[in-house]
This record gives sequence, structure tokens and C-alpha cells, in this order.
Amino acid sequence: MLDEAQADVLVLSLRVALTAVAVSLPLALATAWFLARSRWRGKIIVDALVHLPLVLPPVVTGYLLLVGLGRNSPAGGWLADTFGLVFAFRWTGAALAGAIMGFPLMVRPIRLSLEAIDRRVEDAAATLGASPPSVWLTVTLPLMLPGVIAGIVLAFARALGEFGATITFVSNIPGETRTLPIAIYTFIQVPGGENQALQLILISVAVSLMALVFSELIAHRVKRSQELA
Amino acid sequence: MLAVELNHRLSDFELDCNFASSARVTGLFGPSGAGKTTLLRILAGLLVPDSGRVSLAGRCVFDSAQGINVPPHKRRIGYVFQQANLFTHLNVRHNLTYGAWFTRRRSPNAQPHFNHVVDMLEIGALLDRRIARLSGGERQRVAIGRALLADPAVLLLDEPLASLDAARKQEVLPYIERLSAEFDLPIVFVSHQLDELLRLANRHVIALDRGTVAYSGPTAEFLTRPELLGAGHFRDAGALLRVAVDAHRRDYGLSVLDCDGQSLYVPHLPQQVGENVTLHVRSSDVMLARERPSEISALNVLSTTIEAIEADGNHAVNVRLRAGSRALTAHVTRLSCDRLQLVPGEPVYAVIKSLALAEQAWQRQYAL
Repeated sequence: MLDEAQADVLVLSLRVALTAVAVSLPLALATAWFLARSRWRGKIIVDALVHLPLVLPPVVTGYLLLVGLGRNSPAGGWLADTFGLVFAFRWTGAALAGAIMGFPLMVRPIRLSLEAIDRRVEDAAATLGASPPSVWLTVTLPLMLPGVIAGIVLAFARALGEFGATITFVSNIPGETRTLPIAIYTFIQVPGGENQALQLILISVAVSLMALVFSELIAHRVKRSQELA
Repeated sequence: MLAVELNHRLSDFELDCNFASSARVTGLFGPSGAGKTTLLRILAGLLVPDSGRVSLAGRCVFDSAQGINVPPHKRRIGYVFQQANLFTHLNVRHNLTYGAWFTRRRSPNAQPHFNHVVDMLEIGALLDRRIARLSGGERQRVAIGRALLADPAVLLLDEPLASLDAARKQEVLPYIERLSAEFDLPIVFVSHQLDELLRLANRHVIALDRGTVAYSGPTAEFLTRPELLGAGHFRDAGALLRVAVDAHRRDYGLSVLDCDGQSLYVPHLPQQVGENVTLHVRSSDVMLARERPSEISALNVLSTTIEAIEADGNHAVNVRLRAGSRALTAHVTRLSCDRLQLVPGEPVYAVIKSLALAEQAWQRQYAL
């Protein structure tokens, strides 16, 4: 059903999107925590920065990444020399672009679910002998789980569909940075490539639907275990 | 058992408290906004005061001068909130065992305790239920059980009945009454409802008013001072009489109480003959007579001596009376006082309608 090239594109796309989600999740939890709980007035600046990728044209984000993290930039050179971490024109760069574009979508539902938690329930846990880390693990995290799941799914979908920032930052290299949307775009540009493009489009639809159904199932289970009998 | 001396300033409110209580149940009384919950949060360590000292059950948990501040999870506080604040992601059983999970090392033989608490609160049938399927009264009982099973050194009850309707209150109140006696725990009971407070904290009351301690001392004396009771309760000022049941007149639905040799008739009580009851006698329900009235419907005529007469500033007086070893107060107009020529030291008859005592005799099978 899938030929080898299509399978490569799918595997690369999943790897890019899953890496993007995995890397941004801890940071998104910390950011959401900070935005929901901090009383520091300057947090509005952090809030704006987090949401910036949502309003900037993706090409601009991609260009800023290219300038900021390219091989010849100070930050890019330092990362390459110190950690051997290269982003430009690599699949890691595609994952980074996906992570940044998906970040505001991941932070928002986590933050909302965190803000919905009654702090007195956490107070109750503390008086029952739970230290702050235990309160977080046994009360806060379970209660905000639906928001975390929603954030993961949104960010995954966003990373999977990332196009503008990705193609600007890491270009269109087969096997390295040619993810599903970029491959579809490429086939559409080639005369006679419509058939190939259509197959990839169907794959995209299938993956997106599966992610949605999967998240609905988990959310439903979480909700049922928390509210209903 | 409980000693507090602290100062805490919030934006437009200052809490400035200094009191101590060694009673088993300490009542904390005051109108909304008096600082009751703020004080309780400070006791629990959920709020750090600007300065002062707090010692709970004989242990210093906060001292700003010495830099001591025990965090809430190490204070061994059983805190029951106005709303139950249960963990909605856990069922009843796991809510109850949550605290034990952290205190296991300290109290390894907790299992018999679990059954005891579950039986006492009668929540055995609810153990596998989700929190969303519980009624308000059931939730509050589970919250009490959850606090008890965390092996607390002191129990803080922050208006645990406030969110419940009258019927649910009657459902939960008896369980709270049993707590102190059965678990040998000092309790701080917060309420702005006088009847609840008198029923549970009949030894020591602390009255808070706008962040300061207006009164700290015996409940009986607290009840003689209407200015402490606030607008909603000043008519309830009076006396607490602890008396024994002498006999029952089932033919008339009355019980006879022995007040140092004189009889008091009250509507029928469930207690056995010989058991003690606590009676709340409102001073506005007490009439005075110079001579023993005859041919009068009121059944209770007590021979008393006037101890003192205090003006209340409103053309009325509080006449402090003594009947044997019992103190009683009558609230009468200044005109009556002058017409009867009441003078301290002289005898006078106190007249109380039996039905005025209808709802004020409480079961006291648990000595607090």
C-alpha cells in the first residue's frame, strides 16, 4: 500500500512531530505553571513571547531560526561545538520548528486546566502530610491531565502540519527534512505528481484522525475516572 | 494546648491575636470577615504571618523570632474545610487513605484505626463511590474521616457545617460531637452559628472581631455578654446550666431537671434519669417577680438572689442572679427594675416558661 519513499516520509514526519512534542512538554508544563501561578507582573512579557509564534507569519519564525541557529551564527556554532547539536538543514531543525510553532497551543490548555484547579484542594493535600512535590504528583498533575492531553494532541498536530517555518529553516531535503506537508507541496509542483500527492494527503488525514480519536479516548477515560461513577 | 500570639497584615485587614486555650474543644466565634479562616490557615501553616508565635498541642510550629516555621505537611494538622475539598480524581477509599500514605512510617498500625473511623462516620457503604456521587453531608463526613486518618495532633474544623442545609447539619453534627471523645484530639471549631458553638465548644470560646480577640475564656461567661454575640445573636445572651435529669413526666411530655434542689420543667428529653444535660437559658426568657407568683402558667419559678444589676445602655438592665451554685441572667426594662426596686443582695423569683427551653436542652452523653 505504501511504497518505500512514502513510508520514509511518514516515519520522518512522525519522528519530527513526536520529538517536538516530547521536548516541548516539560518546558510547556513549567511555562504553564509559571503563567498560571506566578504573581510577578512581568509575566505578561513571557505570555506574549510564548504566543508570538501563533501570530508571526511562519516564514518569519523560520527565518529568525535560520539567522539565530544557523551554523555560522554564534548560538548555532556554540551548540554544534559544545553538544554536537546541529539544527540547520537537519531533521532536528524540523523538530525544533515544529516544537516552537506548537508551543503556544500546548501551553494554553495546560494553563487553563491548571487555573481551574481549586488551590484549597492542594492545601488539603498539604495538611494531610504531602510535601510540595507529592502534592504536585498526586493531586495537581492528575487534575490537570485532560488539559495536558489536549495540549499534547494540539502540539502534535501542529508539528505534523508545520510547513512555512520548517521549509524556511531547514529547507526541503529528501529523507532529512522532507516531512508530509513539504512532500505534498513538492509533488504538487511536479507535473504528473498529483497522484503521489493525493496518496500522501490521505496518509495525513488518516494520521490526524487517529491522533484525534486516540486523544478523545484518553480524555474520555480520564474524565470518567474523575467525575462519573 | 493551643497558644497563639501573632500579627499579620493583609492589604486592608490586620489580624492581631493573642490567646491560649487548654480546653479539649476551643470554639472560634465571630462574624464573617472577622479573620477566623485567616487565623486557621495560619495555624495550619498555609499562611505565614508577619510575626509572632504559634504552638499547637504543646509543640511550637511557628516562631518568627527564632526563625521556626514548620511547613504544613509536617504540622500534623487535620483540617476540615468549609467545602469538603475532596480529591475528585480519587474514590472515597483513596481519599480516606491519602494521608496514611504519607504518615505510614509514623503510625504503622493504622488499619484498625481505619475501620474505627469508617464505622464511626458510617461511610462504609460509600468506600468505592466517586466523590461526584456523594451528597453534601456525605462529602463532609468523608472529609472529616480523611483528616482523622492522617494521624493529626490537632483537628481544625472551619465551619464544616456552613455549606450544608439544616437537615444535613443535623446529620453531620453528632459525628463531630463524638470526635473529641473518641479520638482524644484537641479540636478548634470555627463557627458563626451560636447554637453549633454552644453545642460543641461548651468550655472555651475565643471571639474574633475585625482581626482582634474580643474575648477568650469560659463559654458560660461568653454567653453573658451580648455585645460579643453580635447583631445576629445578642438576643441569645443568657446562661448555660449544667443540670441532671430528675424525672420524666411522660403523661405531659415533660422532663424534670434538678437545679440545686429546685425543679425545672422542660419539654421531654431523651436522657435517662441521672444523666446531665446542658441548658441554654436566654436572659430575655427570664421574668422577675418580688413575690412567688401563684396561679401562673409558667412552670419554672426559681428562688434566686440578685448578685448585680448592669445597665445595657438601652433602657434595659441585665440582672445577674444566683440560684444555689447556678448563675442566671434576666434581661428586663429599666422601668421594671425601678418599679420592683431591685437591689443587689435581695431575693427575687425568676420565672421561665418551659416551652422557652424547648430546643435548648442538648444531649450530653459525651463529656467534652
